[in-house]
Amino acid sequence: MLAKIHITLKKDVLDPQGKVIANSLSDLGFDGIQSVRQGKYIEIILDGDDKNAATTKLNQMCEKLLANLVIEDYSVEID
Amino acid sequence: MKSHVIVFPGSNCDRDVAVAIERISGSAPEMIWHKNTSIAESDLIVVPGGFSYGDYLRCGAIASTSPIINEVVKKAKAGVPVIGICNGFQILIETSLLDGALIRNNSLSFICKDIYIKPENTSSIFTKNNVVAKMPIAHNEGNYFATSDTIKKINDNDQVAFRYCDANGLINEGSNPNGSIDNIAGILNDNKNVLGLMPHPERAVELGLGSDDGKYIFEGVLK
Repeated sequence: MLAKIHITLKKDVLDPQGKVIANSLSDLGFDGIQSVRQGKYIEIILDGDDKNAATTKLNQMCEKLLANLVIEDYSVEID
Repeated sequence: MKSHVIVFPGSNCDRDVAVAIERISGSAPEMIWHKNTSIAESDLIVVPGGFSYGDYLRCGAIASTSPIINEVVKKAKAGVPVIGICNGFQILIETSLLDGALIRNNSLSFICKDIYIKPENTSSIFTKNNVVAKMPIAHNEGNYFATSDTIKKINDNDQVAFRYCDANGLINEGSNPNGSIDNIAGILNDNKNVLGLMPHPERAVELGLGSDDGKYIFEGVLK
């Protein structure tokens, strides 16, 4: 199974990289950008085919290591 | 006086800390490789700065799962003084011994310069000298962030150890190098025996190198 994990900064955490990307996109002439937020994308390949068990395990991985819940949110998706 | 310095792959301030401790206390610390799982009786444990594990994932995240960390947490909870400096601060935050998070500097630049910090109060062995101290910072992710609830808690509980200030001790926006909330440069745990700070006191123990104010942070523990 392929797990796709997205980790993003929480809405109330300043994302200076996102702001700089938004400015650069505007400089290139892309208009209408309200805001840009940058995050991480992690792929994990897992044994087995029990999606429920895998989801539980992946949530634990995010909470213990992959995300810092003080500043980040995560979402898990399994293909 | 027995002290210990934890060494991770990528630590680069461990030897500076060892020199500072020996200069101030007269005895050299024992260096503890991160694969170890125990630390002998200790009067001070330092988690030094550097780029542990190349800052992979998040600064300090991988080091916070190292074998030695369980022992550091255990000792910290038993009351042993622990100082985390720069990357060491990031590691202690990732272990949840300290509250909040350290995010990218608001300037998006790595900042390496001398700054001043002022102790918030004298409630800990690290801040009891209560003097404005000059020392360098050298970091990319030193912007202290916490939720408003956490900020209130650490303020109410005297857990802010140091704030960035100017040479006269004035705490203002101009003296905040990295965007940290309320100029926070260092914080304490509930029991005040664990300190995390971004500035480098170990790089300020010789006047010939610009300042020896770093001694004020170590002296309370080492003397």
